[in-house]
Amino acid sequence: MFLANADVRKVARLARLAMDETEIEAARTQLSGIFALIAEMQAVDTQGIAPMSHAQDVAQRLREDIVTEANQRELFQSIAPQVEAGLYLVPQVIE
Amino acid sequence: MLNSSLQQLGSALRAKKISSVELTQLYLDRIAALNPALNAYITTHAETSLAQARAADARLSGGTAQALTGIPIAQKDIFCAKGWRTTCGSKMLENFVAPYDAHVIGQFNSAGAVNLGKTNMDEFAMGSSNETSYFGAVKNPWDQNAVPGGSSGGSACAVAARLCAAATGTDTGGSIRQPAALCGISGLKPTYGTVSRYGMIAFASSLDQAGPMARSAEDLALLLNTMAGFDERDSTSLQRDKEDYARDLSKPLTGLRIGLPKEFFAEGLSSDVGKAVETAIAEYKKLGASIVEISLPNSKLSVPVYYVLAPAEASSNLSRFDGVRYGYRAPDYTDLADMYEKSRAQGFGAEVKRRIMIGTYVLSHGYYDAYYLQAQKIRRLIAQDFTDAFKQCDIIIGPTSPSTAFKLGEKGDDPVQMYLSDIYTIAVNLAGLPGMSIPCGFGAANMPVGLQIIGNYFAEAHMLNAAHQYQLATDWHVRTPNGI
Amino acid sequence: MQWEIVIGLEVHAQLSTSSKIFSGASTAFGAEPNTQADAVSIALPGVLPVLNKGAVERAIKFGLAVGAHIAPHSVFARKNYFYPDLPKGYQISQFDLPVVGQGALTIQVEPLSGNAKPYEKVVRITRAHLEEDAGKSLHGDFHGMTGIDLNRAGTPLLEIVSEPDMCSAAEAVAYAKALHSLVRWIGICDGNMQEGSFRCDVNVSVRKTGAPLGTRREIKNLNSFKFMQQAIDYEVQWQIGTLENGGKIQQATILFNPDTGTTHAMRSKEDAHDYRYFPDPDLLPLDITPAMLEQVRATLPELPQARRERYTSEYALSAYDANSLTASREMADFFEAVLAEMSPSPQSSPASGRGGERENQSSTSAKMCANWLIGEVSAQLNRDGLEMTQCPITPQQLGGMLQRIADSTISNAGAKDVFRAMWSEGGDADAIIEAKGLKQVSDSGAIEALVDEIIAANADKVTEYRSGKDKLFGFFVGLAMKASKGKANPAQLNEILKRKLSG
Repeated sequence: MFLANADVRKVARLARLAMDETEIEAARTQLSGIFALIAEMQAVDTQGIAPMSHAQDVAQRLREDIVTEANQRELFQSIAPQVEAGLYLVPQVIE
Repeated sequence: MLNSSLQQLGSALRAKKISSVELTQLYLDRIAALNPALNAYITTHAETSLAQARAADARLSGGTAQALTGIPIAQKDIFCAKGWRTTCGSKMLENFVAPYDAHVIGQFNSAGAVNLGKTNMDEFAMGSSNETSYFGAVKNPWDQNAVPGGSSGGSACAVAARLCAAATGTDTGGSIRQPAALCGISGLKPTYGTVSRYGMIAFASSLDQAGPMARSAEDLALLLNTMAGFDERDSTSLQRDKEDYARDLSKPLTGLRIGLPKEFFAEGLSSDVGKAVETAIAEYKKLGASIVEISLPNSKLSVPVYYVLAPAEASSNLSRFDGVRYGYRAPDYTDLADMYEKSRAQGFGAEVKRRIMIGTYVLSHGYYDAYYLQAQKIRRLIAQDFTDAFKQCDIIIGPTSPSTAFKLGEKGDDPVQMYLSDIYTIAVNLAGLPGMSIPCGFGAANMPVGLQIIGNYFAEAHMLNAAHQYQLATDWHVRTPNGI
Repeated sequence: MQWEIVIGLEVHAQLSTSSKIFSGASTAFGAEPNTQADAVSIALPGVLPVLNKGAVERAIKFGLAVGAHIAPHSVFARKNYFYPDLPKGYQISQFDLPVVGQGALTIQVEPLSGNAKPYEKVVRITRAHLEEDAGKSLHGDFHGMTGIDLNRAGTPLLEIVSEPDMCSAAEAVAYAKALHSLVRWIGICDGNMQEGSFRCDVNVSVRKTGAPLGTRREIKNLNSFKFMQQAIDYEVQWQIGTLENGGKIQQATILFNPDTGTTHAMRSKEDAHDYRYFPDPDLLPLDITPAMLEQVRATLPELPQARRERYTSEYALSAYDANSLTASREMADFFEAVLAEMSPSPQSSPASGRGGERENQSSTSAKMCANWLIGEVSAQLNRDGLEMTQCPITPQQLGGMLQRIADSTISNAGAKDVFRAMWSEGGDADAIIEAKGLKQVSDSGAIEALVDEIIAANADKVTEYRSGKDKLFGFFVGLAMKASKGKANPAQLNEILKRKLSG
């Protein structure tokens, strides 16, 4: 599996990971090695096999529509990087 | 006291031969003395632990004690414990004080156990050597130049070095069994859905499963009795009747059919490990078991499949670490995108970033079918292999890890070599089956070897029986590292 | 060549559950910021989603109401993207296997221009799926930063996707209104558009007749029908103008600015198109059993379309009246309650076998009732800014009054007085009629005497009338009404006057 630096850059951007060119180059080498390992999978004939998303064949359980949670804002925001007036603050969002 | 079983400790506590405060203090003192070298714990908080011990002593006096009341347990730092710093081995959560209890923590709290501290681990449980922890590598108590295995390396080390009575771990691709093997202790990964994942920081949701780590199968059974059980807060938690995992411990093994997967004894297995496992098989025969050769033809694909599925789920699970509501936020940034990118780049270590990159790539447009979907289909083939195998045998036995503990730094530069050290454990997670590792001898340089026991779905009691009977006949599990 | 407009809608209806779709936090509107953001809403490490049964039931209810296929097996997927109001870094939604499959909705279109007639149209619904809402970004003054409120994060939404079946703003608005009415009718969404409970994204493209589909632009987050119409009108003109000037349409997400009445493209997110959907490993497949389906079906009320048909066939109401009465379930229920009040009880009117007459009677009552509801009642509600549920007059009161019109106790003019009094002061019709002395004179003797007097006092006019000046009839009616202080039964008066004048 051949990866280009541009692929790595695109993935880093999608994953919101800042990477400089040296890191991108290093990642490309390592990821190429890993994808070579993963490539073993490609030869397997899986026609007609249902994908397995979960470890067991069970259906989703449903919760009754009841309010169970109390306000814990103070506790939760005590570990937040930046809050004001009960809001989490982030650099300006531009739409 | 340090070598007593949990059962014995419980009796001693109930008989007032020792108090929980004394026992807790004993371990805290040992941690103070040995942890600087071993680095098994990330966080201890003596005051909190002793307060829990005092409460346990009151309960012991009041006659409302349960099996684990007053017993000091080490918790892997992946479980949120209210008021405890919960780091998951990451700079990202270096200052994260959990505002709630994981289900597992809650279970131990209601049992009256003492939380002795939070054990070191590979960052976000991604690793097989404990070297990816932001808080430094854990040392193997049998050789401090060797790794303890990972990701539950801190817990394995703490149990082996008698820095706790028992510990918890989590296992996504072998993270309980492999460090248990490398540190010469016993560890069990239950059937997926047996222990609630609520409050356990997610790595790969469809594979993650918590389990106990201890010195014997008997201890594991007692711990699992506390950890297991339905939890409505986890949609994947299974609704089953409560069971006593110790119920079958004393059954004889006569007639037990043991399957040996030929793929687990092929190229790649180091000879010292192979020899120890062969000796264990001979012991099982003596105990009355019969041996059948089986095949798990697709198990060789489990590493590639795992390195598609686990990173894919992880890349999404770790998106919540964005520096907005908790966790690390980079000190300097120019705008929102920059804040995200820098916080995540600085907060996550190299291995975590690598897996996020793999996962993001395999899920991205144009690659989904070739990677993710293909891996999910092969996952089914791997699970089907086990279903077929269990038509011929009751349990499956083989090595836990292809080699004994390797040296610190030995595989650091080569992720692929590191990934291959989980070759025998991963298939079990993909299938959702229970698996365990127990000590079965020593290999080169006198390092412990682990024997893996794999059972059918919900066969934990059966596996524990097989392990316990073996431990009655052997003494590998009671050996202690030099200087401990 | 004519331009053809192609419109499809994606509507996000907030489901009226008490708790969030994946946690037990409250969904109540208007709470202090982040006080309803529980551990799951803020995506603390380790927390997990558990699906709300109430949300599933509402989705099923909708599916049944539009005659759709309800998937026995559907799957929740993660839609991955980073945004501060999306705490997990992914939205839990449905992708490949939605809970509601293909369905259809019949709409009544009232063309906006000219004298085109109202018509009916069937709009196909592609699918509807469950998903969670995001939080809100507040751009107040926080030292140049944005504040994030996650109270809304995790509120259940049903995203209803239509086929591009609409070809005018009028049709799009009619569809949106019909959908809005339906979700409220079946009680799955409060429909409060100001609070964002019902939000519309409109996909608009234009093409020359017969040409392949043009490139579409998506107008996001329209929260009023008026804005929807304005936005579509502007967008269509803009697209046609662009194409006629040789330009090209780029696919884009756009916003409508109600202040300027124009649309503009949103800042594009570079990776907006790579959401890396995959099945959520924290949630198992949603299986809807036949038993659950039947349970929900049993709670489904008679639907607007069925009622419309019943109103036209049973009561012989016009399509217009039937439509207006079924604009909301409250209106339709009110109508039927009034009608029940007016219909003679079985005891007082033993079955006589003259079914035709009774049907005729009930059709007359229905028509009268419809007129009053669509006319006076709606106008007053509108004037006072009230909803049907807040109407100060009960169906019993209104029914009592209409009964008095029907039995000629009061005239239509008198009824308006009664209605006004009822609206502002309450009380039942008979008491108001009594207090205000609005009872009609239906005593034919009294009216005849009155008419005789007028004829005697206006001999010249009578002569003129008899010699062919028919128009004078109104003059006599006016005099007679005046003499009776407006209380003479108009029908009776007419009949007597006519008879006596013709001499």
